[in-house]
Amino acid sequence: MSVLLNVEDLAVTYGHIEAVKGISFQLQAGEITALVGANGAGKSTTLLALSGLLRAVRGRILFEDEDITRLAPHEIVRRGVVQVAEGRAILATLSVGENLALGAYSRRDRAGIATSLEEVFHLFPRLQQRISQLAGNLSGGEQQMLAIGRALMAKPRLLLLDEPSMGLAPLLVQDIFRTLVTINESGLTVLLVEQNVRQALRIARQGYVIETGRVVLADSGANLLHDPRVAEAYLGG
Amino acid sequence: MLPQQLLNALTLGSVYALFALGFTLMFGVLGVINLSHGAVFMVGSYAALFFVNHFHLPLWLALLSAMAISGCLGLLIDVLILKPLRARNAPHLIPMIATIGVAITLSSAAQGIFGAEIMRFPEGTIPTGEFTFGDVHVRAIEIGIVAISLAVMAILFTALRRTQVGRALRAIAESPKSAALLGINVEGLFRATAFIAGALGGAAGVLIGLDFNAITPLMGQPILHKGIAVIILGGMGDIRGSLIAGLFLGFAEVMSKAYLSSQMGDAVAFGMLFLILLVRPSGLFGRVLERKA
Repeated sequence: MSVLLNVEDLAVTYGHIEAVKGISFQLQAGEITALVGANGAGKSTTLLALSGLLRAVRGRILFEDEDITRLAPHEIVRRGVVQVAEGRAILATLSVGENLALGAYSRRDRAGIATSLEEVFHLFPRLQQRISQLAGNLSGGEQQMLAIGRALMAKPRLLLLDEPSMGLAPLLVQDIFRTLVTINESGLTVLLVEQNVRQALRIARQGYVIETGRVVLADSGANLLHDPRVAEAYLGG
Repeated sequence: MLPQQLLNALTLGSVYALFALGFTLMFGVLGVINLSHGAVFMVGSYAALFFVNHFHLPLWLALLSAMAISGCLGLLIDVLILKPLRARNAPHLIPMIATIGVAITLSSAAQGIFGAEIMRFPEGTIPTGEFTFGDVHVRAIEIGIVAISLAVMAILFTALRRTQVGRALRAIAESPKSAALLGINVEGLFRATAFIAGALGGAAGVLIGLDFNAITPLMGQPILHKGIAVIILGGMGDIRGSLIAGLFLGFAEVMSKAYLSSQMGDAVAFGMLFLILLVRPSGLFGRVLERKA
């Protein structure tokens, strides 16, 4: 196993408020890693910093030993770090097909893009049926499928997911998590940020619990799931 | 009489649409109401005149050169003024006010350099050919103006619909953050948009300068007001809307000048605009779009 992403003492501020106060964690290549914690713990802020949308005031982000801390967001995507943002950030005024096409914006290999599109349609057949509809007219579950499918079009080496289960019915949440496992089994490294702690730790090899901008627990997903401190704070005892 | 007026209206309206197109692009993509667009239009006009007078360029080449100059001016305004404001998260009124300053600076500079009096293209620059269909006289320059305006708009419209860069621009218009996460170089496309918008404004300036054969430092003022009217009527940021609204405003202005009062043309046109907005506050095609962060 090798380390794909190494975050060292990352700190991010909004104005004078330090939302992430120096966190460190590592992602092993090919694994699912979960970052869990309550609302406002700094999980989304961490992801935005990884994608370059927020600037780190301290610390380093190393992707395959390259320092990407100061790169522009599009440069980070070009290196294969692709994020599915919170709240199904699909482009509502574009069609499903246009959303998927834009997913491959940083690629130039036509044949490879066509293959990726087939893979996405295989994973989410529903998207193929709705290819010419406006993305804004899709149901919540379909929008999340589109958001994930669009990220896969970039042929990522690391997929960052911010609360993919948010606002979805329990059955759909099951579907989405099953899909994440399938995607991971094809070799893709996944960093999953979730408030749905139980679901996330079930599929994660490694987990980090974040509270008020700091990592307070780090262990395997299975161990965290049975850790009384986690159970008490996040799983309703 | 009527067909002749319709032709005049088509000429004027297509230039309004062309002018409004750059305006609406800036609003749609950068989220900025760029009030220096009228001054950029004026600079385009003077640039074409300058290239004709000093380098004796043929008209088409002067037009392209003027577009390059005004495009660079648009780019410069973005890099020097809008970008620093973006970087500081300035509220959206601030860039608008800043562009008023740019407009005043540019028109004062034009007055200082070229003087306040009306300047004209030298004899023989503007094609004088005329065609007659029945009792309608069509000047060759009018055909050129309409053809160029419509062609530029068609190219832009197709590019926005069918190309990856066009899709990227629409993605930015909806959400710059989502666009950045897709690997789109948002700042790069902001600059490209500022250049294209400036070039379109400059092209409109050259065409109006040719149509009226009159270039003045303050010529950007009235068209700026019309441009604002057109993009509001067309639905902010909507390209098809600004085409139709531009033509509409041209018709309203020409028709009211011809049939109601030659002095009150603008008043009637803007009065109609007001009435339409009372009925449809979001414009003809307006979907009121909340822009996401």
